[in-house]
Amino acid sequence: MTRENIERTINGLLVEEFEIEQSVISPDAHLKDDLGLESLDFVDIAVIVQKEFGLTLKGEEMTSIRTLQNLYDHIDNCVRKK
Amino acid sequence: MNRVVITGIGIYSTIGKNLAEVKESLLNGRSGIVLDSERKEYGFQSGLTGKLERPQLKGILDRRARVCMPEHAEFAYMSTAEAIKEARFTPEFFRENETGIIFGNDSSTPAVIDCVDIIRKTRDTTMVGSGSVFQSMNSSVSMNLSVIFQLTGINFTVSGACASGSHAIGMGFYMIRHGYQNTVICGGAQEVNLFCVGSFDALGAFSKRESEPQKASRPFDKSRDGLVPSGGAATVILESLDSAIKRGAPILAEVTGYGFSSDGIHISVPDVDGPARAIKIALKDAGIKPEQIDYINAHATSTPLGDQNEAKAIDSVFGENRPIVSSTKSMTGHEMWMAGASEVVYSIIMMKNSFIAPNINFIEPDEFSAKLNITPVVVNKNIDVFLSNSFGFGGTNSCLIIKKFN
Repeated sequence: MTRENIERTINGLLVEEFEIEQSVISPDAHLKDDLGLESLDFVDIAVIVQKEFGLTLKGEEMTSIRTLQNLYDHIDNCVRKK
Repeated sequence: MNRVVITGIGIYSTIGKNLAEVKESLLNGRSGIVLDSERKEYGFQSGLTGKLERPQLKGILDRRARVCMPEHAEFAYMSTAEAIKEARFTPEFFRENETGIIFGNDSSTPAVIDCVDIIRKTRDTTMVGSGSVFQSMNSSVSMNLSVIFQLTGINFTVSGACASGSHAIGMGFYMIRHGYQNTVICGGAQEVNLFCVGSFDALGAFSKRESEPQKASRPFDKSRDGLVPSGGAATVILESLDSAIKRGAPILAEVTGYGFSSDGIHISVPDVDGPARAIKIALKDAGIKPEQIDYINAHATSTPLGDQNEAKAIDSVFGENRPIVSSTKSMTGHEMWMAGASEVVYSIIMMKNSFIAPNINFIEPDEFSAKLNITPVVVNKNIDVFLSNSFGFGGTNSCLIIKKFN
C-alpha cells in the first residue's frame, strides 16, 4: 500500500466514521486539539487500523501519535516492515 | 413531605412514536404486534413480537453519543426528548438545577453477544471497540441520557424484571417526596431485537397464535395462550409540586401512592398474595379506599396463570367495587422493563382525554376474570385516580397510584 493510499484511507475514515469536517484535516492537524478526538476514539481508530491495514496499534504506540502526520508515519512504517 | 407531580411524559412504542400517535392507537384499539419470520428461521417457538424501528439520530446526536447507545437507549432518548419538551425544561434549567434520572432496564443483549463473538474470533479485546461496554451494561440508558441531557442529580438504573419501569417511578417518587431531589426523569426502556428474548422464548411462555398476530395478546381472555414480547421506551418526569409551580410548568397528574412487595415463593410463577399486598400498600400510601380508584391498568400479560392470579388479587382487594380494568398489553404486547413506565404514560393519556383504552381481544372471560369489570371497548369516562400494576420474575411487585392534579 502506497503512502498516498494510507493517507486517503485514513482521511476518508475520519470524515465518514468520525464525522470530522474535511476542511480541518491536514497532516499537521493535532488529533485531540484540532480534530476533537478523545481517548475513547483512539480505541475505535485502533480497530479501524487493524481492519484496514492488518496492524495492531498498541496503547504505548498510540501515546506517541499526536498528529495526523504521526499516524500516517506510524502506519507507513509498520506496513513497510510487514 | 413534598407532593410529587408529573410535568412531562413521552413515549416511543410499537403503537406510536409520540404521544399523539399513541393516543390515536389507544382510542382505536390498534395492535403493534407482527409475526417476525427471522425468529422462526432461528428456531423460536413463537415469532410474534412488537415491531419498532430504531430512530435515526445521526445529525441529532454526535458520534460519541451514538456509539455508546444500544437501541433501547435510542428509544429512551426519543421518549425523554418528548417529555422534556412537554415539561418545558430548558438546557439552562438542567445546568442550574440538580436533576436526576432513574430508568428501568434489565438487559442489553446485542452488545454483549457482539463483544463475546469478537473476542472469541480475534482473541483480541481491542477489536471490541469503544462503545461496547457502555452499550452492554444494564445502566446503559440512564448513563447515556444523563450525559446527553447534562443531568447532575441522582443517576442509576432499576433492574426489577417486568416491574423495572414502575419501580423506577417509585424510586423517583421517594427521592422527591422525601426531599432528596426536586426533579427526576424516570422511565423504562426495552430492547426489541431478535436475540433479546431468545432465552424467554425457551420457556415456552410466548403466544403461539402466529396465524393471527394482532389477536395473540389477549389478556384475561379465556383462550389466551401466552404473552407477546415487545418494547420501546417511556419517560415520566417527576417534580416536586413547589418546583413545578415555581417554573409555571404544566402539571399532568400527581403521584400519590407506591406499593411494593415480593412474593418470596417462585422464580417464575406469580402469586396472588404478593400483588394483593402491593396494591393495598399503594392504597394506604395514597390515603384512599379501593372505591376511589376509577381505573386499573392491569399488569396482565396474557399468560394463563399470571392473568388468573392478578384477577384474583384485584378481586380480593376491590371486591364489589369493580373499577374498570384493562390491560394495554392487549395492543402493545408485553413491554417488559419498559411496561411499568409506558403504562403510566398510556393511563395519563387516558386521564387527560377522559377515556379508558380497551382490553382488545377480550372475548370471553374465564372463571376469575369474569369477576372483574374488564372493558373490551373504549369507555368515555373521567378518570380522577388510577392504579397501575406491574409484576415481574422473582415475584417483584410494584403498584403506583396516580391522581388527577387539583
